[in-house]
This record gives sequence, structure tokens and C-alpha cells, in this order.
Amino acid sequence: MAWTQKVLRINLTDGSIKQEPLNMEWARDYLGQRGLATKYLTEEIDPKCDPLGPDNKFIMTTGPLTGTMSSTGGRYSVVTKSPLTGCVACSNSGGFLGAEMKAAGWDMIIFEGKSPQPVYLYLENEKAELLPADEIMGTSVWAADEWIHKKHQDPLIRVATIGRAAEKGNLYAGVINDLHRAAGRSGVGTVMASKNLKAVAIRGTRGVGNIKDPARFMQAVSDGKKVLHDNAVTGQGLPKYGTQVLMNVINEVGAMPTRNMREVQFEGASNISGEAMHEPRESDGKPNLVTNAGCFGCTIACGRISTIDQGHFSVENKPEYWDASGGLEYEAAWALGSDTGIDDLDALTYVQFLCNEDGIDPITYGATLAAAMEMYEMGAIDKETTGGIELRFGNAEALCRVTELTCRGEGFGIDMGLGSRRLCEKYGHPELSMTVKGQEFPAYDPRGVQGMGLGYATSNRGACHLRGYTVASEIMGIPEKTDPLTTDGKPELVKAFQDMTAAVDSSGLCVFTTFAWTLEDIAPQIDAACEGDWSPDKLLEVGERIWNLERDFNIAAGMTAKDDTLPKRLLKDAAKTGPATGRVNDLDQMLPKYYEVRGWTADGVPTSETRKRFGLKALSA
Amino acid sequence: MLKALQIEPEKCTGCLQCEMACSYRAEGVFNPAKSRIKIFTFHEEGRFVPYTCTQCTEAWCMHACPVEAIVYNEATGSKDVLADKCVGCKVCTIACPFGTVNYDQDSGVVYKCDLCQGDPECSKACPTEAITYVDADHTGLDRMRAHAAKSAGLDAQQH
Repeated sequence: MAWTQKVLRINLTDGSIKQEPLNMEWARDYLGQRGLATKYLTEEIDPKCDPLGPDNKFIMTTGPLTGTMSSTGGRYSVVTKSPLTGCVACSNSGGFLGAEMKAAGWDMIIFEGKSPQPVYLYLENEKAELLPADEIMGTSVWAADEWIHKKHQDPLIRVATIGRAAEKGNLYAGVINDLHRAAGRSGVGTVMASKNLKAVAIRGTRGVGNIKDPARFMQAVSDGKKVLHDNAVTGQGLPKYGTQVLMNVINEVGAMPTRNMREVQFEGASNISGEAMHEPRESDGKPNLVTNAGCFGCTIACGRISTIDQGHFSVENKPEYWDASGGLEYEAAWALGSDTGIDDLDALTYVQFLCNEDGIDPITYGATLAAAMEMYEMGAIDKETTGGIELRFGNAEALCRVTELTCRGEGFGIDMGLGSRRLCEKYGHPELSMTVKGQEFPAYDPRGVQGMGLGYATSNRGACHLRGYTVASEIMGIPEKTDPLTTDGKPELVKAFQDMTAAVDSSGLCVFTTFAWTLEDIAPQIDAACEGDWSPDKLLEVGERIWNLERDFNIAAGMTAKDDTLPKRLLKDAAKTGPATGRVNDLDQMLPKYYEVRGWTADGVPTSETRKRFGLKALSA
Repeated sequence: MLKALQIEPEKCTGCLQCEMACSYRAEGVFNPAKSRIKIFTFHEEGRFVPYTCTQCTEAWCMHACPVEAIVYNEATGSKDVLADKCVGCKVCTIACPFGTVNYDQDSGVVYKCDLCQGDPECSKACPTEAITYVDADHTGLDRMRAHAAKSAGLDAQQH
């Protein structure tokens, strides 16, 4: 039945470690991973708790298809209350750690309390130990990863760890696994740090079996792989260019957030695009991109493995950055590049390496830097604040230097670790923070892609593209083309994407499969693996249940309809160039209808009928 | 005509589909830890390299086995472990110069690639044709063809 049906519960305060059975009643309602762990979280913590206090919990969770041969079935998520947003956080990561955790025999690991001493978890199948981490406190992700492998003398261990930024209180630190895959958003790494938990090291040799109908499962897996292979996006575009396939496309449609979202097109986009990563550079004739790479079980392989030009100023005399590592993906390239006005591919790659090395979210970081640059240019912050750094748009040296400080939590990097909302408030310009619920926007300007504006405003973890990627429909025509500049039909479209994505995120699969797969491709794989009846309709119902549960968590945490909005810049300042010229995001034309199709009141609260439909109850705060 | 696994590391993305397919056929679980084929990641160079038994003609493992638990499979050319005969002495794991025969603590016997009795799951699972099952006499044919195209001034990728 694909779940291992085992949960590992670790109380960091007293060091106790217990095994308990997975709540299968909840698994039938929430499937796994994002949904199921959110159910555990809402049952076990007060939504009003201090996200960085011992009452918050930190859950690492897999889905039923994690660790199986389903293409992309290697995902795990971290679910907790976010210190950046105060909302429920679910950050999803690929790489190999999730499958290793499943192969060790665990659906979920729940960390509670706070350890009195720095520790890391060593998990070898049934054997779980909390070991002292004093020697790796204050070290980077990469150093901690190496130390753990050496200490246990086992190259096959998979490691998830936090870097120095999280330890220094950076509010958007992620958990990095396998050196450069990230549960990146919403500060889940900061929560890990608050628990004095430096790393999780896993070796799993039990494997994943217990498939309900093995023959049907293998056929469904095989059918699914063929669909991914034959699709132009998942079979060609993503393997060749990675998510960076979007850089030029999004720029052309006038939805490329530029210079803190003052503009919607970036003149330097082609220099930092997926295509540019293939171009041989002048110095050594090699391209930035070494190869593409797959996460566990993934037959798409969109991952980028890159090198930096050894003669580039950022890495001159720093041979530790000359080797290949995880390169630029679209979200990082946009946030670090277009939003800061920097089109230096090597500088961006160096900064991407740093973000991985010390575990910060490049989206929030890049957008925070963009806000800081705007404040610097208007005089709200000066060189005294930045420590002498000329923080102007387009300054690649400043980007590199500030990133080093932010990753290490030093100097102006401490301010930068606040994220843009708190930083802009601190320096008197809250209107310059491009955030929803405290989390920074991803790479699609909602003036040029109207549905995304509604998606951002209503996303349960703050601004996010991965909670409902209507770009697929509005720009790419998947599953069918809608006009990006109209608001008609967008409430229904946003809801459909949000519900579908919540189900996919709960299965153990990667949401990128949905460029090619619909639930008609996914449901047969889940249905053959898991007990119960998993039709596309059932999955949509599960997705909608998850969405409402997350919403109820946020309401209980203190969010209201007032938080379902966008910064004034996107609602009042029209796009100046491109196809969306003259447009703002018309959120007010979409939001009331969205609440209606969700079965929520005009104040954005699920009605009692809606809650009843999904077996939910209002969460007492 | 015997066939052999042809491995082209430059096509590998490191996804481990082959390891899962292998372990699933051999052990009934998706478990890279029990796979007969292994993908090695050379992170600093950005390379992924599949590696498994090449089925030596004069197989060291077969000759070293004191109980004749490794036998030649005439149909496929593979050297197969007879699990019920193996006593777990591990001499074969020492004898093999390539490390492709290994001991399994759970079963107490050694395991190695047996070409899935002539229908290797790894090659079927590989999404990029980094692992193919081809005429054993011509595992270099594709590379020869590419170089031949190049020598004639043709675009190797088109041919």
C-alpha cells in the first residue's frame, strides 16, 4: 500500500525517540506528504504559537509514491509554521533524501521541542540516534555534509542540513539536502535551527515495497514515463534548458519582474537565460552548463549542474568554487538577476552556489536585495548601513558581497536576513516590499499574468508559484490556453490548479510532471500503489480538503481576508512595456468570485457547509 | 548471438530508475541499496556513471568459487549466482577485480548482475538510453558510427 505506515517521533527537549503507526484514517483523507503532515501539524500545534519557539513542530514527510519507481517519485517536504509568514509552511524538495527516508522505513519524522545541545539525527533503518553536533555548528551545509560522511565512513548516507544563515536567524533559510536540493521557501531551515537540530543523516536499505497491485503499478509507471518522454516540455525543453527555458519566454510576454518589480521586462534576460548557459564562454571555451541531472527516479532531469568561469571576479583565487555544482534555475536566475538588474551569468551562478552552500532561499533573498537596492537608490539606506557597499541596481560586485554577508549572517547580511517586509519596515518604506503575507514573489509579474495575481494573493504560504501554477495555462496553454491578460474565468482556474497541486504535492511526485501529466495519468499510479480508490475526482477532493485545512490553520493563526492582497505597486502602477502595457493586476475583479467558488464567506472564511463537506472543523486558536 | 549491456555514461542523468528496476526484479522492492547496477555520482565534475558486471569470459568470481555456486549461463553469457549453493564465503567478492559481485547481509549470500536472464530491466527503465542491451560483439558500434560520420565531415548527431 506504498505507505510504510510508520512515524518516527523525536522529542528534542528530552531526547526521547518513539515509533508510532501512521494514522491511516488521515492518510485516506490527506494522502501523504503536504496534506497529511499539515493534518498532523494542525492537530498538534497551536496555530498562534511562536514559530521559532519549542511549541512549533518540524515535520519531514514523504508521500506514498516517494521511493517508488514512479517518475519523479523522490520528493519529501518539510511542514511547519513559518517564521517568515506566520502561515503554515510546506517546502518541497527533490534530490535523494526523501527516497532514502522512505527506504529506511519511515513515512514521516516529527521533531518536537528544542534540544538543549546542538544535535543531528542519524537514522539507519530502524536505528535512530541524536548525536552531538557541536563540531559542525557554525559551518556551512557543504562542510557539515562532508563532516557527517567522514564521521560515519559511509558515502551512501543522504544528508539534509542547515547552513550558517539559519543558525544566525535568517528568516528565509532553507533545509538543503544532497548539497544543492532545497526545501527552500518560508524559512523552514530557520525553524530547524531554532530546535538546535543541525542535520538529518539517513541510510535506508529496506527499500519500498508493499505495492497494492504490482503489475498494474509497473504498467502505470511505464505509461507515465512515456507521456513525459513524448511531451515537448518534459521530454525536451526541461532536460535541455531546465526551468530556465522560461527566461526568454516570460520576458517576451512582459511578465518578468524587474528591478524590484518596477518594470516587467529585463533588457539583460537573454544573457542569463537557459540558452546562455549553453553558450561556450570566451575564457575556456566551456559552457556554464556541464550537464542536466535527475533527482531520484526522475525521467525529466531538469536539474542544472554548472561551473563558474575560473577567471570571473567572483571566484578568482577561490578554487573551492571552481568545481561543478547545482546551477541556476529560473526562479533563482530571475530573483538574483532580473530583479536586481544584473545580467552577469557567472556572478549569478556564484551567488546560487552560495545560496546552496549556506541554505538560503534565492527567491526571497534576491527580492529582498532588490528592495534594499531601491531603498539605497532613493537614499533610505546609505553606505554606513551597507558597510560601504554601493548597493545599486546592476552592481554585480555588490550582489556577490552582500550574498556572502547574508549567507554568513555578518554585517549588513543580518539586516538582509530579515526578508523584504521587515527590512522595508525597518527603513521606513513598507510599500517597497514585494510580498504577500510576508513572502516574496516568484518570477511572474501578475500584471502580465492576471491569474497568478489571484494565486499569489490567496496562496496559503504567501506569494508562491508552486501553489497554483496558472502560468501553465495562461502562457503555455497547458492543459488549455487562457488569455493571460483577462480576469474572466481565473477564479475557477486558480482554484483548479491549487487543488490539483495540493494533491500532487501529497503524493511524493514532482509538480513539474503536470506540464505533461494530468490527474488521469497520476491517479492510476497512486491507485495501483495505495489501498483505497484513488480516482482523479478523489484526488481533487483531497486537494481541496488540504487547501481548506491550510486556510483554516492560517485563519486560526490570525490571517484575515485583508492579507489576501498584493502590494500597491502591482495594483496601481501599470506595466510600462510589453504586451501588458497599461495593465495593473485586477485582483478586485477576481477575489470575491474566488471566495465564492471556494465555498467561503465574503470574508474569506470557509462556510460551515464547506467545512462539513471535507470533514473539517474550525480550528480553535 | 549473445548480447551485452552497453553503458554510455555521458547520457546518464543519475535518476536511479535502473537501480529501482533492478532491485524490484531481483528483490521485489524498490531499493537502490540492493541493486546490481550502481550509478556513481562524481559531483565535482558533474558526471554520473552507471557500472555493473561486464560478464567476463574467464570470470574471476566463477573460478574462485569453492562450491561452484557461480555458473555460466549459455543462453545469455551471464555468470549467475546459485543462491541455494552459495555459502556466503565472499571469496568471489575478493576475486572480482571490478567489485561487481557483493555480499548481502540479509540473505547471507552474494549477488550480482545476471542480465535478468536475457531481458535486463535496467536498460528498459533507463529514460535516456545510457544503458542499452546490444550485440555483444559490437558494443562499440554506435561510437564507431559517430566517429565515422565525423571523419566524413557529417554531423555526428544526425547519424
